[in-house]
Amino acid sequence: MVRKPSKSEVECPPIKVGILALQGSFALHKKSLAKLGISTLFIRRPEELDQVAGLIIPGGESTVMSDLAREYDLDQKIVQKAKAGMPIFGTCAGAILLGKGEEAPPRLELSSLTVQRNAYGRQRESFDAPVQLTFSPEPFHGIFIRAPRIVPNEQSKSAIEGWYQEDLVLTQQDKILLSTFHPELTEDLRVHEHFIEMVRASLAQEKDPSMQNSNSRIKQSSKKLTL
Amino acid sequence: MSTNNSTSWEEKVGFAKMHCGGVIMDVTTADEAKIAQDAGATAVMALERVPSDIRKEGGVARMSPVKVIREIVESVTIPVMAKVRIGHFMEARILEELGVDFIDESEVLTPADEAHHIDKLAFKIPFVCGARNLGEALRRIGEGAAMIRTKGEAGTGNVVEAVRHMRQIQREMKELTTLHADELMTQARDHGAPFNLIVDVAKSGKLPVPNFAAGGVATPADAALMMALGAEAVFVGSGIFKSGDPERMAQGIVRAVTYWEDAAELAKITEEYASPTMPGIDINEIDPSQRLQDRGW
Repeated sequence: MVRKPSKSEVECPPIKVGILALQGSFALHKKSLAKLGISTLFIRRPEELDQVAGLIIPGGESTVMSDLAREYDLDQKIVQKAKAGMPIFGTCAGAILLGKGEEAPPRLELSSLTVQRNAYGRQRESFDAPVQLTFSPEPFHGIFIRAPRIVPNEQSKSAIEGWYQEDLVLTQQDKILLSTFHPELTEDLRVHEHFIEMVRASLAQEKDPSMQNSNSRIKQSSKKLTL
Repeated sequence: MSTNNSTSWEEKVGFAKMHCGGVIMDVTTADEAKIAQDAGATAVMALERVPSDIRKEGGVARMSPVKVIREIVESVTIPVMAKVRIGHFMEARILEELGVDFIDESEVLTPADEAHHIDKLAFKIPFVCGARNLGEALRRIGEGAAMIRTKGEAGTGNVVEAVRHMRQIQREMKELTTLHADELMTQARDHGAPFNLIVDVAKSGKLPVPNFAAGGVATPADAALMMALGAEAVFVGSGIFKSGDPERMAQGIVRAVTYWEDAAELAKITEEYASPTMPGIDINEIDPSQRLQDRGW
């Protein structure tokens, strides 16, 4: 007899998330997702992106990742996947690559926000600080390492998902999530969980295009912010 | 929770982890630093002379001149590391002041103190130190090193000592994981290592900080070999700027560290980025008094 899938299995089918593994903290992201029961695939070839429902671009050195992504044709494939609706999460160097910016390295510009490299200074200016999240009341322990800064503009107001003092440190625009700190360096899984929700919502939307993006409810709590 | 300006242990080790899967390259000038950055280095390591020249020319090897450090810091956007002599905490203070991101307390330079290493916890910026075995690695971590690298034998273009040190550290860690709690204090005594760190390793099977390879890496295949032996990233010293074509050699090593698990890709990289390697030295030809790895304890 064929067992009928339970309700939760129907709602949460198993998903696989890719992690760009050219350089940087890819192994740490894998560890975080494993704790959430999510299987992962290290991405070093364009065709590997066809096997995953979402992508994480990790922390590391943005210039190195950018060079290798270009050489191995991963950059075009990532843009193509994003345009086809794949959720992508970039942490630190990953956020730099996903955002816009005049300075090197060349950006993927999948987010319309400008992400400034090394905006707080050098390693001696690295710091940790409590990050306020829109989707969870407890502050998140944010570790900022030679961190970039998301430049506030008209679009950034509606994108805020996390902030520290005056700075936007976690933003979401449609299916692109950027964090300037490193959730993969902590045991706290809330930011990764948020991304997995985005991936699941995207898959559900693919199946049933009439469905509203389930993340839109999260947006409302950030309206009270005045930045 | 620490305040905005203090760099805690988490930021030090976190920063070290961001170099994983990358290559850190020795440079002596701003021009070399730019070549290294363009070739895909995750960081550059500033020092007065590369190890093979120190070996040839002799004399006291020190940290880079301040002017050179400033030029390097200004010329690249990637992190800048720099070497200081073992025990020379004033060289380290100067480098921290100059905005250097990571300090290598290195046996490649002439030691300033034959008995004591730097108190690395007293600094805001992180340190990396060399080690030949687990005890040495844990002593350095106990002093505050946020990254460990094998010592290997720098300036030889011969990877054999880096392999020896990496295998030894991995073997000693594995051994600890097989022991009972009541056997660990004896291990702490035998390794000459802090007890709490021995307990840590016995539980996790790995160092509490990233473990990189260094000392004698001279080809993309050498770099891939060190990754396969458990290194999380690779330092290359003389191997790049003493090779026939530094730019290509650097690019080849960077790619080999990313694609080390893919033999077909490695073969392609090794061919495509072929560059005459630096002249190597057999370890047995080196007079024991000239061995850099025996500096520090």
